[in-house]
Amino acid sequence: MRYIPGTDDDLKAMIDEAGTGSLDEILTQVPSAIRRESALDLPPALDELSLTRHMKRLSSKNAESDSTATFLGAGAYDHFIPAVVDQLILRSEFFTAYTPYQPEISQGTLQAIFEFQTYVCMLTGMDVANASMYDGASALAEAVLMARRIKRKANKIFISRAVHPEYRETVLTYTNDLDIEIVEMPYDAEGKTDIDWLKTNIDANTAAVAVQYPNFFGIIEDMDAISKITAPNETLFISATTEALALGLIRPPSEFGVDIAVSEGQSFGNPMGFGGPHLGLFATKSEHIRNMPGRLVGETTDLDGKRGYVLTLSTREQHIRREKATSNICSNQSLCALAFAIHISLLGKKGLWQMAETNLTLAEYTKKKISALEGFSIKFASATFNEFVIKTDKALKEINKKLLDSNIIGGLSLESFYPELAGCILFCVTEKTRKQDIDKLAEVLGGC
Amino acid sequence: MAADQINKILKAAEPVIFERGSQKRVGISLPDHGLENIDARAVIPEGYLRGEIKGFPELSEVDVVRHYTRLSQLNYGVDSGFYPLGSCTMKYNPKINETVARYAGFTNAHPYQPEELSQGNLELMFELQGLLAEISGLPHVTLQPAAGAHGEMTGMMMIRACHEKRGNARSKVLIPDTAHGTNPATSALCGYKVVPVKSNERGVIDPQDIERVMDEEVAAIMLTNPNTLGLFEENIIEIARIVHEKGGLIYCDGANMNALMGIAKPGKMGVDVLHLNLHKTFSTPHGGGGPGSGPVCVSAELAPYLPTPVVRKNNTTYSFDYNLPDSIGKVKGFYGNFGILVRAYAYILSMGDKGLERASRTAVIKANYIKERLKKYYDLPYDRPCMHECVLSDKTQASQGVKTLDIAKRLIDYGFHPPTIYFPLVVHGAIMIEPTETEPKRAIDEFCDAMIAIAKEAESLPDLLKEAPQNVRFRRLDEVKAAREPKLRWEK
Repeated sequence: MRYIPGTDDDLKAMIDEAGTGSLDEILTQVPSAIRRESALDLPPALDELSLTRHMKRLSSKNAESDSTATFLGAGAYDHFIPAVVDQLILRSEFFTAYTPYQPEISQGTLQAIFEFQTYVCMLTGMDVANASMYDGASALAEAVLMARRIKRKANKIFISRAVHPEYRETVLTYTNDLDIEIVEMPYDAEGKTDIDWLKTNIDANTAAVAVQYPNFFGIIEDMDAISKITAPNETLFISATTEALALGLIRPPSEFGVDIAVSEGQSFGNPMGFGGPHLGLFATKSEHIRNMPGRLVGETTDLDGKRGYVLTLSTREQHIRREKATSNICSNQSLCALAFAIHISLLGKKGLWQMAETNLTLAEYTKKKISALEGFSIKFASATFNEFVIKTDKALKEINKKLLDSNIIGGLSLESFYPELAGCILFCVTEKTRKQDIDKLAEVLGGC
Repeated sequence: MAADQINKILKAAEPVIFERGSQKRVGISLPDHGLENIDARAVIPEGYLRGEIKGFPELSEVDVVRHYTRLSQLNYGVDSGFYPLGSCTMKYNPKINETVARYAGFTNAHPYQPEELSQGNLELMFELQGLLAEISGLPHVTLQPAAGAHGEMTGMMMIRACHEKRGNARSKVLIPDTAHGTNPATSALCGYKVVPVKSNERGVIDPQDIERVMDEEVAAIMLTNPNTLGLFEENIIEIARIVHEKGGLIYCDGANMNALMGIAKPGKMGVDVLHLNLHKTFSTPHGGGGPGSGPVCVSAELAPYLPTPVVRKNNTTYSFDYNLPDSIGKVKGFYGNFGILVRAYAYILSMGDKGLERASRTAVIKANYIKERLKKYYDLPYDRPCMHECVLSDKTQASQGVKTLDIAKRLIDYGFHPPTIYFPLVVHGAIMIEPTETEPKRAIDEFCDAMIAIAKEAESLPDLLKEAPQNVRFRRLDEVKAAREPKLRWEK
């Protein structure tokens, strides 16, 4: 086996030289009743060439966004990733290392995470950010758990129905066995979280209010109005973002008094990858540091006074606090966070704005084109970033089939997530979408 | 370039990326979309457009490449050398898996694209579910959890759901003192109280101790097998019988599955729920701390509680099945860390039964070899054959004032990544060594030689160890200061 350098002779030499006893003697600790009776029923081992052929065959059975234009978003975004990102994360000193437990020989990972934390603070406007969570959905779930820890006496968490359905479902799973009541806030006719409902229902037992910004329908929520209700009630305000690129253009959550800001970070540096691995961004105010979940990197000095970085505040974490830890999380999405930071570094101040502006421009163009078609209209009259909802009375199945015939994957039908939104489609446009793809989309829709 | 010059570069400080100054540069180029750029102010409501982000860098492509290349040079990975981090299974990460995982059909597939346009991905997931079921001996598998601790959480939630269905969620979970810290943290997250169980003088759980604490309020025992001392829980069959008799379930933390592939199946030991760490046993890269992947394998009784969706095969096509009315729900967005699944799948196909069995057998022999070579120089608290890792301690060196941390830091000077230290907690000053099967004998011998030399230095030159490391750019970093005055982001 090419990955195992030990030959039979090597193994024999080890057994003989050190006097370990034979492998059979070593394995007497495994009761014979449970030992292997027959070979594992696995396919025969493949050589490298056969493996590549097999994997190519599987890969080619999937649509992929470089060959087929896609208008899907909804939590996974088809952004362009510069070649530099992959080349750098493939530096094996990064990708074959583990958690930086030994800081003297892990400064690369540690400094990169420190810079990542800073980027997340800059994007969200918050004071502190952790080294990343599994994804946006689990980051929101952790934010809810954290809010409950901070607000010891209140156990209700309001979550807007305009938050990604899979995020809401993840929150429900995480909180199911705990003393937390999740209450769904409705959205209004404009596709925004219903402010009047919130005003009426918030009370002393409301630990936190969570909305998505921009929300699942692509809409920029009325953060100011929400903040004006949560702040006087001393309810924590949580914002979740699925399209982190939007934060390059719209005011950061911090400026609306948000206490915990989470986001999916996939838009920067990480491919859609059929849903993962992605990364969760998690940021909060300084006062809440010790209630934060997840790994943190902090600056310090070495014995000679040189600036360096270490994992820190680990007394919050499971390996020290065990059942009293702030979370059971033990790792982060380090390599994804590295890709995120490299992409943002390439963009810089100007590139970030340009990329966001391009997304907005193409999305507005698409919106205008589709809504001009007969039988298609904009569902919610609210400002959006790069996603928006279109309502049609035509059969969606037929529309999608016609689009596929033109090598286009249409938007997401919302009915399965929102039965009340039958006939509604969530479209997403990115800088990868070409004007000709949009024109073709409109042409096919117009012919439906 | 002279060697001195190169060394100077390698040992120089790398500034934080935000200290590169505002240079009005940009490192990307975007396509011309052929439209007039929209004025964001015309679209975004008043008061919702953000101002300039202070401190954001402005760099060219080459600036960015140099920065991260430099950072990488301050790191040590498996490709750099021996990385015997116990319980982390730092085995070689095959290069071909990185290549195939980047095929466009895997990376550029949207999770919501129609199932008929995702048949390759669904097939891969279905096949991987089957392979992991076969290796673990547990027939049902979810690939959704993103990491080992996430798998634990998923598995324990399923256990709770199963008890609820039976009529009583129960209130306690038994956890041996050798357990990973994630086990008690996970139990708390699932609403359970932790009941600690001491391991016996052989380093394993005694069935009598389980008998004493087992009652009808115990939902499960969470054990790791082999345990974190690298010892097989030899009484597992008896323990499973006692726990099952009182209606409890067996959760096995599969972090140490690299000892068992093709040797024994957890499903046969009475285990009901097991998580696997694809980034350990199945060679996917650790990435500096993630992304990992923690699939959970369960017995038939637990199958109704799997997270949604699971992948099914219907004749020749594959589809997602969301129709699991008793499911615990979703533990993350979409379907799991799919890209990691691709790598693990490629690894299992490359290895086959013989390869996997050989991997485990080789890993076990190498750990025992290290244990035997080092036990004359270091305290070995449990002097008996181990599985894939061994645990030593600093007891012998303590008389010279030399601690485990000093030994670990001195190893850096010898060019090795140190083992896991101060874990498991049952061994004071633990040094936990896991060589894995992918180290050649020569590397292992060099490591043993270094450990032996350090043991001798501990007697003759103890201060040298306390001052280590000295041969790398950074000396010991002040962790107390970092925690006392947390500085978690760069500021001007």
